Amino acid sequence: MIRLVNISKQFDGTEAVKNINLHISKNEFLTMLGPSGCGKTTTLRMIGGFEYPTTGEIIFDGVNINALPPYKRKVNTVFQKYALFPHLNVYDNIAFGLHIKKVEKKTIDEKVGRMLELVSLSGYERRSVYSLSGGQQQRIAIARALINEPEVLLLDEPLGALDLKLRKDMQLELKAMQKQLGITFIYVTHDQEEALTMSDTVVVMNRGRIQQTGTPEAIYNEPINAFVAGFIGESNIVEGIMHGDFHVEFAGKHVECSDQGFAAQEVVDVVIRPEDLKMVEPADGLFTGVVKSVTFKGVHYEMIVAAHGIDWMIHSTRMRPAGMNVGLKVVPFDIHIMKKVMEE
Amino acid sequence: MVKHLIKRSYLFLMFTFLYAPIIVLAIYSFNNSRSRGAWNGFTFKWYLQMLQDRQILSSLYNSLAIALIAALVATAIGTVAAFGIHHMKSFPKATIMNLTYLPVLNPDIVTGISFMLLFIFIRLQLGFLTLLLAHITFNIPYVILSVLPKIKQLDKNLFEAALDLGATPIQAFRKIIFPEILPGVVTGLLLAFTLSLDDFVVSFFTTGSGVSTLSITIYSMARRGINPKINALSTLMFVCVLTLLIIVNMTMSREKPVKSKEA
Amino acid sequence: MKKTWAAWPYVFWMVIFTVIPLFLLLYFSFTVKDGSTVAFSFANFQRLFEPVYFKVLFRSLVLAGISTFFCLFLGYPVAFILAGRSFRRKNTMILLLVLPMWMNFLLRTYAWLTLLERKGLINTVLVHLGLQPLNLLYNDFAVTLGMVYNFIPFMILPIYSVMSKIDRSLVEAAEDLGANPLAVFWRVTFPLSLPGVLSGITMVFMPAVTTFVISRLLGGGQYTLIGNLIEQQFLTVGDWNFGSAISVLMMLIILVSMAFTSRYEKEQEGSGLW
Repeated sequence: MIRLVNISKQFDGTEAVKNINLHISKNEFLTMLGPSGCGKTTTLRMIGGFEYPTTGEIIFDGVNINALPPYKRKVNTVFQKYALFPHLNVYDNIAFGLHIKKVEKKTIDEKVGRMLELVSLSGYERRSVYSLSGGQQQRIAIARALINEPEVLLLDEPLGALDLKLRKDMQLELKAMQKQLGITFIYVTHDQEEALTMSDTVVVMNRGRIQQTGTPEAIYNEPINAFVAGFIGESNIVEGIMHGDFHVEFAGKHVECSDQGFAAQEVVDVVIRPEDLKMVEPADGLFTGVVKSVTFKGVHYEMIVAAHGIDWMIHSTRMRPAGMNVGLKVVPFDIHIMKKVMEE
Repeated sequence: MVKHLIKRSYLFLMFTFLYAPIIVLAIYSFNNSRSRGAWNGFTFKWYLQMLQDRQILSSLYNSLAIALIAALVATAIGTVAAFGIHHMKSFPKATIMNLTYLPVLNPDIVTGISFMLLFIFIRLQLGFLTLLLAHITFNIPYVILSVLPKIKQLDKNLFEAALDLGATPIQAFRKIIFPEILPGVVTGLLLAFTLSLDDFVVSFFTTGSGVSTLSITIYSMARRGINPKINALSTLMFVCVLTLLIIVNMTMSREKPVKSKEA
Repeated sequence: MKKTWAAWPYVFWMVIFTVIPLFLLLYFSFTVKDGSTVAFSFANFQRLFEPVYFKVLFRSLVLAGISTFFCLFLGYPVAFILAGRSFRRKNTMILLLVLPMWMNFLLRTYAWLTLLERKGLINTVLVHLGLQPLNLLYNDFAVTLGMVYNFIPFMILPIYSVMSKIDRSLVEAAEDLGANPLAVFWRVTFPLSLPGVLSGITMVFMPAVTTFVISRLLGGGQYTLIGNLIEQQFLTVGDWNFGSAISVLMMLIILVSMAFTSRYEKEQEGSGLW
């Protein structure tokens, strides 16, 4: 439905976005995920029409919309700081798009009422924007965008200013809304947990380029490079050498793994998730080492085990105290091999 | 593109409107003739005459002296006052603030007249002293209005933190409080100085016995009609102000780091 | 020693130099001299409404109103253009805008004499082009022009200040919701600029009503606005009672309008002077 073809954007000589190719389908919840400055917001703004691409094409339903101004696109945006109009009350804010289209009052009344119901803020029509809490403002911003029945909704880190509990609630609400309305959501965030919770597809970006595109499970379980592995969840990343298919050497040990297709003696990054490293009796372990530190994280214990010159991060609900000798074991399936990322 | 052009042209017209009279004055200040119709050759004679005109020189001196003294005194009184006002409860604070706004909001002719009435009432002869007193009075509110916001912005804990670390109240004020409010004080000082320098109406009603400020001298000269010496004076002042503003602009832009755009 | 004592020298000063003069003014305005006795009376105020004097008041208000209107009409676009985002060297432009304000107010007014005179620059150009010279000086036109010229920066700056603080994302949000540039201006930018417009109107109308320099220099000796009237009463005619009454009236008009406008400015954040 929306295709970004070779999109690049330059600002004063710096390339914020390089060669983005992306396909977004109808009814998809797609999230662009990455650290600050990775280009995700810029890309979103180009879809919305607030920035024009330096090169490349944005195709919407088969039509190139590069030069189309925002007010002509069938796209609506929920802004990071909500951008509610301070001189209008809640009703006029939500109805803004409809007023522009000169829809008749009765219809507007109806639609606004329905929207407020959707975001659980019925009865707030006459309230002023200042009297609303952050969460309420955000929901009004969503209502204001959705009332125009866009085919695509763009959301620019909309939950950033909310506290943790509210944010988690809103994540689920937004996901439910998207399913219920059946429209495409394009979401931007730097919070990887948020991305994994809500999305059908995650696009991980760094330094203006797409690193990996895939379902949340694929991104998490099979990161394509060290950046993605490091950005999504915690990881242990160690350099290793592939000695042919299913055989990797790292930390001084030759180990069976589940990846193939690498060149002989190729230097790779080996990724093992902290929850995949099991602590066992030293005799049973692949590696042996000493527990350096233990931190209680609520959900699990985080332990650092020094073994073979590497500090391994372990997540476990069983605690091993500092100073104890342990063995580390990991199943071949949980050893992920990634090509080394070329630093630019 | 057309929009851009229209915007530029409109701004250009506006700036022409603003500067045309000043530039015309400047051009005629070099005209070797009093007439405004014909150009009679280039000359500096009006500048020389102006610089030798005793009336102009003495009134320039008066203006600068009054402005300087009044600004300093007003800043001293005003800064201390702002400090006191900040710590007042709401009712006395509101009353005093309303009092402070009075000279600011009042039309200057009313302010000038009321001063004049006062001085005559207490039988103080109009002259340099009354001029000074009047200037100080209308300057103080502006100092207060400049300093008070800075005091409000002060972290309430700064003073206590200084005392906690061993400073005496006076040391705390000197080393901590004063540097923080200094920008406001400086703003107030400059504002007072500028207002005094530029003032006409209040000075007009509160001076006497031959004491003139620059504005008053210009007024009496202008009333008698066109005088190229005024043109010369005006051009000179314009160049001074322009230079000053360029210097200020350059020092300010050097202090501000350039903000880079984040994607 | 309480900290609030720091303010007392100031209060003392203000009582002597602001409050007492004001009372003197009020005293004179409410009294008439009958030979050597002084009596309380409203007569001074009533005199103001006699046709001769009322005409002066009316003219002052009308001219100030017209000047304010032109300042708004001509100045708003300048503020709008400057506040727009696509402007390099914006600070320089603003500085250039402010620069004439730093020139002595009298000189700025005087400057127009050269241009507007019968034998002045404008007429010289017109005659050269074969056209009739115009009567540009010593009339309503010259005075209005002088007011607009002197006060337009005071209209532009507050409007610019407010407009430059309008969150850019509001404009984008409006565009996103379907508003073309005209609709964005009318529905978002303009309403949000109104506090600045109000400030500007206040800062122009007040001094315009009470000026006497502009009317004296550009209107001529016979041209009387309310400011000139006050000056005359005190310095020429010697009728301090009447002069005070007019002054008090002026003060009242202005203080009332300020109270009125400050109600609308309640929502503005605390304003410093810069």
